[in-house]
Amino acid sequence: MNWTWFHRLASPPHVYALAVRLTPWFAWPAALCIAAGLWGGLVLAPPDYQQGDGFRIIYVHAPSAWMSLMVYVTMAGAAAVGLIWRIKVAHAVAASCAPIGASFTFAALVTGALWGQPMWGTYWEWDPRLTSELVLLFLYLGYMGLRAGIEDPQRADRASAVLAVVGVVNVPIIHYSVTWWNSLHQAPSVMRLGKPAMPLAMLVPLLLMLLGFTLFFVALLLTRLRGEVLARERTASWIREVVRA
Amino acid sequence: MRAFFDMGGYAAFVWPAYAVTFAVVLLNIFWARRALERSRAEARRRLQMQREVS
Repeated sequence: MNWTWFHRLASPPHVYALAVRLTPWFAWPAALCIAAGLWGGLVLAPPDYQQGDGFRIIYVHAPSAWMSLMVYVTMAGAAAVGLIWRIKVAHAVAASCAPIGASFTFAALVTGALWGQPMWGTYWEWDPRLTSELVLLFLYLGYMGLRAGIEDPQRADRASAVLAVVGVVNVPIIHYSVTWWNSLHQAPSVMRLGKPAMPLAMLVPLLLMLLGFTLFFVALLLTRLRGEVLARERTASWIREVVRA
Repeated sequence: MRAFFDMGGYAAFVWPAYAVTFAVVLLNIFWARRALERSRAEARRRLQMQREVS
């Protein structure tokens, strides 16, 4: 098997060009999936037999919460690769993830509060699921603060990567919090063993939203990655080609 | 149509949740583009400085 394509992923000019080329292939399908998911979730899906139309918050809450975790795992994975093999592009990926993940963690917390008030009678409770998700937001903010606080980019990359890798222990805590502890939050209805606990008319729009948000993340990541790669290349001559305005 | 916007009495929770999420989506597009534009401007400035030195 030919592994050149894999090794080229560590080459900044190659990654930059690849990001330019790939971004629209993720951005447009993302827009389509999200549009279809919104139509299905807000219009076609029947009201829930217990929660009425209030359950429709799931179509923005679950994708935001999924993003908060998936982006963190991507960030920690890239940070680990950057630490172990000292690959600049991997650190650039990790740095690109943080603001995206932080903003969707915020969205997950706010939409969760707006769902909690009508269904549980409270916007906030120091519940295991809610508390561990709040810790995730602080991990993202800590990561970004640490990067911003270190002048030398290589030291910033390494120090923040250690934080990202250590913080990954919080991810399984968030995911399993609803089964390990007696939590207010409902148990998983899609990401569980066996069949999803939802009729198809509700499930399909949710899967479309999850897919749409994931594709959107890749498009955002590729855009940010270009900026991060440029910032790490001080003198390389290929930069002249790509920034010529 | 009225019934759609009323969301079975949950309008005060459903619509703000959608508004916050889509604000985050749009802000992410804006922030990502701005970050890239800043890095490009910075790279151009560095190249300019190198040219002046040499």
